[in-house]
Amino acid sequence: MLTDFFILMKQELVITVIIFILLLLKIGKDLTNEQAINLANALLLVNCVAGLFLNHPGALFSGMFQTNALIVVEKNILSFGTLIVSLQASSWLKKHSHVLEFYILLLSTLLGMFFMISSGNLLMFYLGLELSSIPLAAMANFDLAKKQSSEAAMKFIISSAFASGLLLFGISMVYGATGTITLSEIAAHITGAPLQVFAFVLLLAGFAFKISVVPFHLWTADVYEGAPVAVTSYLSVISKGSVLFVFISVLYTAFKPMADTWYDMLFLLSVLTIIIGNLFAIRQNNIKRFLAFSSIAQIGFILVGITGSSQMAVASVVYFVLIYVFSNLAAFGVVALVSAVTGREQVSDYKGFYKTNPVLSWVLTIALFSLAGVPPTAGFFGKFFLLMSGAGKGNYILITIAALNMIISFYYYLRIVKAIFMDANDQPIERLVIPVYPRLALYICVAGIVITGLAGYVFDYIHSLSFGF
Amino acid sequence: MRVVALSGAVIQLALALAFLVIYWQKRAAGDQSPMLFEQDYIWFTPLNIHYHIGADGISIAMILLTAFVTVAGILVSWSMEKLNKEFFFLLIFLSMGAYGFFISLDLFTLFFFLEVAVIPKFLLIGIWGSGRKEYSAMKLALMLMGGSALVFVGLAGIYFNTTTTTGAHTFDLMQIAQMHIPLQVQKLFFPFAFIGFGIFTALFPFHTWVPDGHSSAPTAASMFLAGISMKLGGYGCLRVATYLMPDAAHAYSWIIILLATIAIIYGAFATMMQTDLKYINAYSSISHCGFVLLGIGMLTKTAIAGAVMQMVSHGLMTALFFAAIGMLYDRTHTRQVAQLGGLLKVMPFIAAVFVIAGLCSLGLPGLSGFVAEVTVFMGSWQNADAAYRLATILACASIVVTAVYILRAMGKVIMGPLQVNGQNAPLHLGDAGWNEKAAAAILIIGIIAIGIAPFWLNELIGGATTNIIEKLSFR
Repeated sequence: MLTDFFILMKQELVITVIIFILLLLKIGKDLTNEQAINLANALLLVNCVAGLFLNHPGALFSGMFQTNALIVVEKNILSFGTLIVSLQASSWLKKHSHVLEFYILLLSTLLGMFFMISSGNLLMFYLGLELSSIPLAAMANFDLAKKQSSEAAMKFIISSAFASGLLLFGISMVYGATGTITLSEIAAHITGAPLQVFAFVLLLAGFAFKISVVPFHLWTADVYEGAPVAVTSYLSVISKGSVLFVFISVLYTAFKPMADTWYDMLFLLSVLTIIIGNLFAIRQNNIKRFLAFSSIAQIGFILVGITGSSQMAVASVVYFVLIYVFSNLAAFGVVALVSAVTGREQVSDYKGFYKTNPVLSWVLTIALFSLAGVPPTAGFFGKFFLLMSGAGKGNYILITIAALNMIISFYYYLRIVKAIFMDANDQPIERLVIPVYPRLALYICVAGIVITGLAGYVFDYIHSLSFGF
Repeated sequence: MRVVALSGAVIQLALALAFLVIYWQKRAAGDQSPMLFEQDYIWFTPLNIHYHIGADGISIAMILLTAFVTVAGILVSWSMEKLNKEFFFLLIFLSMGAYGFFISLDLFTLFFFLEVAVIPKFLLIGIWGSGRKEYSAMKLALMLMGGSALVFVGLAGIYFNTTTTTGAHTFDLMQIAQMHIPLQVQKLFFPFAFIGFGIFTALFPFHTWVPDGHSSAPTAASMFLAGISMKLGGYGCLRVATYLMPDAAHAYSWIIILLATIAIIYGAFATMMQTDLKYINAYSSISHCGFVLLGIGMLTKTAIAGAVMQMVSHGLMTALFFAAIGMLYDRTHTRQVAQLGGLLKVMPFIAAVFVIAGLCSLGLPGLSGFVAEVTVFMGSWQNADAAYRLATILACASIVVTAVYILRAMGKVIMGPLQVNGQNAPLHLGDAGWNEKAAAAILIIGIIAIGIAPFWLNELIGGATTNIIEKLSFR
């Protein structure tokens, strides 16, 4: 039993240990920022590597906590993404007075996400969710001198609290309607009664808040704009990815008998999300807001994939999140660097960027192409598989709308590319020196963007672990 | 960098010629399999996606075209100064997309390469272009992306209506060709695939990117755009839409013919109104690509062979035309017909190139344009339907209009009193350099090789068109 406990919860335990190490160091020893960053990155690397070994499927605490090969892969994607975020944050954190706290909060959220993904019970899921979102609010406030940052944190905590309220209400309704909150047992009690549909809608709304699906997206842009770039990238990729993973498993296991009902809802939500996300993204001038709306549109595409409800669908969503980690973090990496050195965050600031910073320009361009879904970047494969899994249900209207919306998204990504390469600027961003850690992170991202797509093995592997019905 | 690019392109050309020779040898040895040089690797197992490539006569012809235009395009931009590394990289990248597209036998691979070819065009036009370059680049990229989006829906529709022996769906072109896709499905997805590819080849009314894109692009990019990129669409219309969905092709052929005829006539008359040399060639490209679609829409063997020949011929001819215009513009800094005159006196070589391209465009016997157009018309006439014959007659008549605008432009620019930018004083304008001469020579060799001895091209594509026709008539 005890070995089971240690092995199955290995990833969570590693993170807990790291948190305690950092906490003790904070109390006991004065580290310079440099040392703290080095140490934290090293520990995160250890966490990533540790995730690769000794993985067994199993369940603990009478099914409250469960793990299997797919869950391990999902967690590994998240820890890897966190490492990249942390590498990118280093140039911003260097000047910050609370480096260790940042990492403690960061890892707490990651721990929460891990518990959330592994949850076999809605209560456990809720605990994990809260553990992940409360420290996130503190992180959003981490630009201590900026008012905008506190505003972002405030908005985030309020909308999170609201979403949590909806979720809790939904969970209690589920309990009332089915008599259980264990995910694997709910399906047996689902009859499609109105009360159950009501409970499901509440749950769906809670999830939709977390992954910012239209019409529950209104907090996204403001929070993204106000929060420090590192936190924004973490929010947009890691936090959303983890909720998506849980969302799929809740839909595909607990609410499997209601598939027809939620298919229609997801159809509507995905179309709305793609269109609204796209239309708003066109009009953004702040690059963080722009990326916020583009990420909303991306979520819409992911929902198209989720509607497929096949093994292919799960595989394509996990695969897309992996690609999204690389592409979005590459884009945010460049934005973070520019913002940390010059403080400029407008799209128009990137005019003439290529003349002064060719390397960063190419990285940003490749990242944007990957987000837009242009081959040979991985984004093309990700989008292609999402849409194919959506088309697997035979709903060609949905994928036609999605495919046509790719054109709109293409427009606004190209707008940035145009600014970088073609527009003239009197005051371009000066030549930036790229420090070691961010450089490493950017190279990893670009390599990921190129390799995860072209190497068919990655998708095959994820597909072999996936489930569906 | 330019040396690397050129040597790479020359190697590609040599390889393409080698493939041609090997292809002939294999055929002569009695190898009757529809595709030669096949390579098949599994890429994504869950979706049964393969990296499957191979070539038949049509592919070989298109590869040759791509190789010719690539070499010529690189030679023409030999003196490109601005960001030259990026420029040549993008040119090669674009040609890679085209090569990959023409040899793909898996619809996924095909779609992959189709989209690969879009982005370099955007950057080439936007960075190195002239005039309203950002607008044109964006318009072109968005319209072509729209085309690919439609193609994607078409391909997804085909995919989910196939079943292999193992019960899985497939993207494999040769396997799908053996299956029968239900008529209703064909009728639903044929328009997506055909219009999607049609946008690439300037199908009316989706031709509007052509004039803007071509006129803003730098010379080499114009050559690639008109010479190669527009052929991606024609090839896709033929190989994917028509070949895989023959029943729908029969059902909708009247629409294709209608649109193609409109494109031919509208393109020809719109060209008459143009005063800028690049616009003249761009609009005439719309008209000429109309012949490709007309040939495909007629669904007879000769017409389809003619469509393929027209693709090759138009690719070479329009690339040559754009090369000549680029050379003129480099020296005179204007492309307005009204401001040029008598250039034969100061730059005889360029003027000669210009004349050859023009004559090929209007279909002078002995050059490739004549061969291709006549084949299309002969094939079209075989389709005995009265309305189709009317379309053929109208298309034939458009050649007169072509002759008018080509001869008028040439007469003004080449002959008459020497004039540049409206000034009478003769300027010290040099004739073509070695690189420009080489570029023009390569393309002219191609044009004349087809024009004088069309049988080799006809034989080359004959087997492939027979396959397509068998599929089309077997219902």
